[in-house]
Amino acid sequence: MKCKVCRDHAVVDVRRHNAAFCGPHFIAHMQGQVARTIKDFKMFEAEDRLFVAVSGGKDSLAVWDILLDLGYDAVGFYLDLGIGSYSGRSKDAAVAYADRRGAKLVVRSLSDEHGYTVPELSKLTGRVPCSGCGLNKRYEFNRAALEEGFSVLVTGHNLDDEVATLFGNVLHWNVDMLGRQAPVLEERSFESIDGARPVLVRKVKPLVRVAERETAAYALLRGIDYIVEECPMVEGNTQHRYKEAITLIEESSPGTKQQMYFGFLKRAAHRFADESGGGEIVACERCGSPTVRWGETAEAVCSFCKTKGSALKRKEEGYVPSRRPKRRRP
Amino acid sequence: MKVKLRNPDRVVDVTGPATVAGLLAELSIVPEAVLVIRDSTLLTRDESLRETDELEVRPVLSGGAVG
Repeated sequence: MKCKVCRDHAVVDVRRHNAAFCGPHFIAHMQGQVARTIKDFKMFEAEDRLFVAVSGGKDSLAVWDILLDLGYDAVGFYLDLGIGSYSGRSKDAAVAYADRRGAKLVVRSLSDEHGYTVPELSKLTGRVPCSGCGLNKRYEFNRAALEEGFSVLVTGHNLDDEVATLFGNVLHWNVDMLGRQAPVLEERSFESIDGARPVLVRKVKPLVRVAERETAAYALLRGIDYIVEECPMVEGNTQHRYKEAITLIEESSPGTKQQMYFGFLKRAAHRFADESGGGEIVACERCGSPTVRWGETAEAVCSFCKTKGSALKRKEEGYVPSRRPKRRRP
Repeated sequence: MKVKLRNPDRVVDVTGPATVAGLLAELSIVPEAVLVIRDSTLLTRDESLRETDELEVRPVLSGGAVG
């Protein structure tokens, strides 16, 4: 194959664009795709300070790399989830990248901040590891961004992530989730006697236009030493199975993923915008984060605080699970 | 040719395929789900292979929690 730009030897093919690229032109293509996404969805402005959630994996390091190259003030944030030596190796990858680029990286650990690791949380609550992990990451990313003074949180969600989430939400008709699936989730503030109090930072996903295979190719071509191994707790993960199914379809019909996701954003997302279920958004009684209260007499405690409270209570009582957490059959 | 596979890491010997597409078909791997690497260089699916090649087939689909 030849590069579509310079006709030199190609190293990456992007079948949904009916194109192939040499290394330098693929890197330029990726940077262009991300710049276009930031502009089209009005994600942030040149003067905004960006807080980039990095895991040590290809997607988060790739988006951080592209934002730095595009000239943005982008600070990394690594959350140590306490998943044995895997977390150690992923942290090493994030720190090594930050050192190489001379970029600032904020590091926190779930154990220090909240008193448990992801494997402990799973055992204490009986939740599937990925479920507790996702809940805690979303909460802590937002909390850390607010505490560190950032108004924009960047994540490395790519086209495959978004299509797999959309696929799952449609399979199960999670209409409230469909209403919240977007490349930009706006910030939110609560009014207080001291004025507006920010409770949610703006969340943006600049990689939604690029496929996971492309972020991996980008990382490799840029010499980014990301963690290739899969999280040891991910076995049987539903999101992964959806990705495999969609990739099979993409292989025979290139462009399907892009059509599904951008077609949803253009033609269907607005239909689910008011599918919040009728609850009232109020401040969590324990932490002040937004949560949905179902009726005036109902308790206003967010999912994170409920889960954390239950886990720490059981930990204090010396709870020992009688069996392994439930896992859906692969 | 020697082919390194991931998750878990292992090396398999493969004889016969003349191209990347042929190799992936032989291994029953969907090309859209992997990168194929030779000497730190990415290979497109039409690239020719030699019996002496040492390759890595690196998966690109990650799972897990949606942050």
